[in-house]
Amino acid sequence: MPKKSMRTAINEAIRLEMRRDPNVILLGEDVAGGKGGTGQLDENFGGVLGVTRGLYSEFGGQRVIDTPITESAIMGAAAGAAITGLRPIAELMFVDFLGVCFDQIFNQAAKFRYMFGGKARTPLVIRAMTGAGLRAGAQHSQSLHAIFTHIPGLKVVVPSGPYDAKGLLIQAIRDDDPVIFLEHKAMYDIEEEVPDGAYAIPFGEANVVREGRDVTIVALAKQVRTAIEAAGRLAQQGIEATIIDPRTTSPLDEDTILESIEETGRLVVVDEANPRCSFATDVAALVADRGFQHLRAPIKLVTAPHAPVPFAAPLEDAYIPDADDICVAVQSIVNAKVPA
Amino acid sequence: MTDIIAITMPRWGLTMEEGTLTEWLVPLGGEVAAGVDIVEIESTKLAGTVEAPSAGVLRRQTILPGRTIPVGTLLGVIADAGVSEEEIDAFAADFKPPEDDGEAAESLRPQSVEVDGQLLSYLRHGEGAPLLFVHGFGGDAMGWVFVQNELAQHADTIAVDLPGHGASDKSIRKADLGGQAAIVAGFIRALGLGKVHLVGHSMGGGVCLALATAEPDLVASLTLLAPMGLGRDINAQYLEAFVVAQKKRDVEAALRMLFADESLVTRSLVDDVLKYKRLDGVDMALAAIQEAILQDGRQAEVFDVERLDCPLTLIAGEADRIIPPEQVAAQGGRLLDGVGHMPQAEAAAIVADAIRSILAAG
Repeated sequence: MPKKSMRTAINEAIRLEMRRDPNVILLGEDVAGGKGGTGQLDENFGGVLGVTRGLYSEFGGQRVIDTPITESAIMGAAAGAAITGLRPIAELMFVDFLGVCFDQIFNQAAKFRYMFGGKARTPLVIRAMTGAGLRAGAQHSQSLHAIFTHIPGLKVVVPSGPYDAKGLLIQAIRDDDPVIFLEHKAMYDIEEEVPDGAYAIPFGEANVVREGRDVTIVALAKQVRTAIEAAGRLAQQGIEATIIDPRTTSPLDEDTILESIEETGRLVVVDEANPRCSFATDVAALVADRGFQHLRAPIKLVTAPHAPVPFAAPLEDAYIPDADDICVAVQSIVNAKVPA
Repeated sequence: MTDIIAITMPRWGLTMEEGTLTEWLVPLGGEVAAGVDIVEIESTKLAGTVEAPSAGVLRRQTILPGRTIPVGTLLGVIADAGVSEEEIDAFAADFKPPEDDGEAAESLRPQSVEVDGQLLSYLRHGEGAPLLFVHGFGGDAMGWVFVQNELAQHADTIAVDLPGHGASDKSIRKADLGGQAAIVAGFIRALGLGKVHLVGHSMGGGVCLALATAEPDLVASLTLLAPMGLGRDINAQYLEAFVVAQKKRDVEAALRMLFADESLVTRSLVDDVLKYKRLDGVDMALAAIQEAILQDGRQAEVFDVERLDCPLTLIAGEADRIIPPEQVAAQGGRLLDGVGHMPQAEAAAIVADAIRSILAAG
């Protein structure tokens, strides 16, 4: 199987679905043009990080629509297109910009099915870059998955690598509900084996990345890779960790997490987002609520601090949870005495 | 000719560059017969054993368990008890991994050919008489990796992905054994192989039987492992479980039925099957095949092996939970102790030996 970057995997997912279904369209800031171009569309850079490169050349301006920098118009057009039968993929560049068009997402797209008594479908995918690590500053580095997870009517996908990104994006495009698809911008160059053909990974099905008896680490996106690194180090100390990658925060595969806690009795949640009202606290609450009887130690959260993402490189590096942080959290509860 | 044999880190498949020696199964100084498992190896994809290429005494274990080392590295040395310690030390000191390893890796790259408008993928390496492997239901060409690597030193080995499987097209036109056999016949012609030695497993065994029956001119010999097509009974629940399984645990539960030793169902095997099953078109292809090869929960087609005019070798595991091994025994076939439905993985050395002697007989 060929190795591909996450950038290529995402590009392939869009390309295959646009070939398969003429109703799939792509719109957003710089989806055709982009960084440092001459302004000629046929140059087709495909976004600031080149993820949609080549799609304009293949599908043309009717289906790959470069929009002005008007987030509310992009999202309004996409929601409207979806409710009339198209399957738009709207790209908003940085997830940080979604604040500009919350009404179109939260109050419109997410509510259509409910408000119209189940008669409306909104097959809309909203793609955005997320995460810190690229020295992009506080307004271009946030991890905002928890905000969307909070809204009923939205599905939220947070892939942890190229294989999952392609299968989950194809599932998102085929899904009849609005899906927020968040791509960690520091992962575009990560490579792994990805099939050439189309495949769909169902939502709400966690990936058990690794199995170990001592502790359950639940991690998202790029932190799944950090957790794998930590688990390797912990294994050398005789601590065996299970790593669960939920893949989607909404729907959330609660069963896989709870079943794992039943076996390990210990939970560490790792999340690059800010800690308050977050994915980390959500999983902690789930386990405290429904798996408390299996816990043998306190739940530990490894997250960014409750602060904006710093621009200064040493501070940004310190801000993002790393393998050391995960190891410290695991060691603090694996060595803890069983409460009487 | 030397009496000293090197045991090296094998290459199982295109992407394997290194492997981990997990356990020595024979103690230092232990006597081994040809085909005996000597050492356990794990790659990121597969776990398996290396078998003794010939009889002798395990004189050296140059790599300790837990070490991860490149493909081709010397793991140990087998020699007769009569060979001196000095000779063995000299052999080990002079040992160099084969230089052409990059080329060997290149030959493991899948190729493809169009047959009747359908793209079929295959793995081909080695030189000699054409030897074609046909996998079973839900399997693929990679499933032959242990046997194919071994036999590539003796034959032009080709492992094909049947329609709906592996990297071949997922559309299925004729899903019954005869229909699949017609496509394999087209594949043999498209590659210009002439008469081939056919090796088939399970459903692939039934496909080979159908092919040898319909087109005897294409078949030099038949080696069938736990094949369909010999009797009516089959574990239809397994096929159903495999077809409907969507989640990791369901796939794992189904795959466990294939092996006598269920620990052979590794995480990466389960992951690979799950990845295959998610591909567009696979669910429909498998359902179509399942419907065509079964009738009321039993095998739809049985072939008369008396009518075959090529040499026939039958092998099955006595612990097979998918197809009753009695069907192979009833035809005078060989039953392997402690082996389930996957002799090519569970007893690769024995299977490779059997095929080697068929090739030698011409």
